[in-house]
Amino acid sequence: MPDRDKLLDIYTRTMKVARADEKFRSLLMTGKLAVIYYTVRGQELVSAAMMAALEPSDYLVTTYRGQHDQIAKGVPLDLLFAEIAGKATGTCKGKGGSMHITHPASGVMVTTGVVGSGLPIANGLALASQNRGDKRVTVTCFGDGATNIGAFHEAMNMAQLYKLPVIFFCQNNRYGEHTAFADHTKAESIVARAAAYGMKGVQVDGNDAEAMYRVAKDAVDRARAGDGPTLIEAMCYRMMGHFFGADFSYMPKEHIAEMAAADPLPRLRALMLERQFTEAELDAIVARLDAEIEAAAQFAFDSPFPGAEELLKDVFEEEIMA
Amino acid sequence: MSKQASTKISMVQALNRAIDEAMAADEGVILLGEDVAAKQGGGVFKVSSGLTEKYGEHRIRATPISEQAIMGACVGAAVAGFRPIAEIMLMNFVTVAMDQIVNHAAKLRFMSGGQTNVPLVIRTTTGVGVGFGGQHSDMLEAWFAHVPGLKIVTPSNVADAQGLLLSAIECNDPVIFIENILCYGMQAEAPPAGHRVPLGKAAVTREGSDVSIITYGRTVLDALEIAGQMEADGISVEVIDLRTIAPYDEETVLASVRKTGRAVVLHEAVKAYGTGAEISARLHEKLFNELKAPVQRIGGAFSAVPMANVLEQAWIPSKDAVKAAIRATLDWKK
Repeated sequence: MPDRDKLLDIYTRTMKVARADEKFRSLLMTGKLAVIYYTVRGQELVSAAMMAALEPSDYLVTTYRGQHDQIAKGVPLDLLFAEIAGKATGTCKGKGGSMHITHPASGVMVTTGVVGSGLPIANGLALASQNRGDKRVTVTCFGDGATNIGAFHEAMNMAQLYKLPVIFFCQNNRYGEHTAFADHTKAESIVARAAAYGMKGVQVDGNDAEAMYRVAKDAVDRARAGDGPTLIEAMCYRMMGHFFGADFSYMPKEHIAEMAAADPLPRLRALMLERQFTEAELDAIVARLDAEIEAAAQFAFDSPFPGAEELLKDVFEEEIMA
Repeated sequence: MSKQASTKISMVQALNRAIDEAMAADEGVILLGEDVAAKQGGGVFKVSSGLTEKYGEHRIRATPISEQAIMGACVGAAVAGFRPIAEIMLMNFVTVAMDQIVNHAAKLRFMSGGQTNVPLVIRTTTGVGVGFGGQHSDMLEAWFAHVPGLKIVTPSNVADAQGLLLSAIECNDPVIFIENILCYGMQAEAPPAGHRVPLGKAAVTREGSDVSIITYGRTVLDALEIAGQMEADGISVEVIDLRTIAPYDEETVLASVRKTGRAVVLHEAVKAYGTGAEISARLHEKLFNELKAPVQRIGGAFSAVPMANVLEQAWIPSKDAVKAAIRATLDWKK
């Protein structure tokens, strides 16, 4: 069980993700930002609880829908906002954008825009840690949709074969793009696949902060101790469309009602109050985060776009006219 | 294996020596591939023979038959600061790992704004002429040459195999290192330890004054043979071995063609849309007024590589075709 400090940590990370996501959506809605953005509404807590179980030096590989993972892992908000806005001051000098956030200082090593491709890469980071004996753990995040691409199976098998310190963190948000889970997978769960590779698998209600943290912590401890990989299937919901602005009228009314009832944010707030945190304390945290987010957005708007000279830089180490 | 300078070694041994040397110098150098460890015999072509005994199974990792997982693991390890070598048994099998190579290895440096890089070597072998048929013979360098962020290297001789591979391992960017099965058995004097051949630098393998053959890999041997034969007819052929196919050493190529005024680009890969088209186009763009004849291209036929020997031999760019192309440049009337 997370102690009070850890719970506060999870709450803070969750709200940082939630408020930043809301800010992005409001900037997009008002036309102040016009970029591709995959909202993380509904997946704030799963990510916050997972990242709260990691050390800052642990590695993360995530996907285009990864802002919750990156923020919860510790990517500075000003650099993140600037990158998503395509500014020279962003994490990647504006060359990556929301789908390719990289920030090694906070352990965010790769963000991929290709479904499933992060899993084999996570193995490589974990393999390097295993060879170095540096006790780092690598987490790779992906959705249920990624579990039907070949890379998932190849990576799972290899990770177990080498007993790598890696955690396969499936955020089962019930939709692969526009296709509901039941329409892309006949098996009842993702976690059942772990057995096929002789791997430990755990399914958890990702919106239950305590349960989610416990499962995450167990997997991290196992990996760090050299006991090998874990597949975590965290049940959650993608509460909006595939990307910001995308139609999601294909979601049945019952599903929308179900996910509204499971919204992790009010549930976490209730838990915090139950654990004797006060409304005033929690509001103060959110107010502080909002100020940080506001400053980050302002930093992004005040920053310059990358200069044309950046175009041919970073193709190779040295600039080569091919 | 003896390492005395006077010993003759094969290309396979030269490759082994480069990996051995890199591994001895840097713990971050690891090798992943199917069958590569001692337990599996040190690789199908024995390139990693003896290395598991020296460096252990954590650095010589025999993998499942999982090209995406091999390539992804190498990309990840490279991002973590290692210098992995992926052995993809045959070049056609890189197709299974294209996402990792093209979307990740090639682009992570750029997409991260230079925060990460992928010092990865993808060693792979191929070659037409051994009857392996359509899925085990292709030269696919043009596909990769089209992707910004990848370097493509291929040796044509034993010393270059050792020197280019060592340079490729030390390179801070992803390198696709193409070996040719037909060249594995080539024997030559062993180069000294520490022998490096710089990437991006072509070799003028034979000097000549009438026409330049620009080529790389196994067909360098054909070009040298042709140049020798044509000398008897009073035709002086210069042979350029690109060694690095992309990005190639344009300075050396331009200097040669400026001198001769005539060029034939020769490669084993399918001629249509091949690297010869790019080289030829650039020669026309930059030397149009100096060229005495249009640049000629010779490459493989526009079909899958056939199995039957008679068809396979018809598929390979023939020496007669190269000679005819040379004569066409000499006979060209403006």
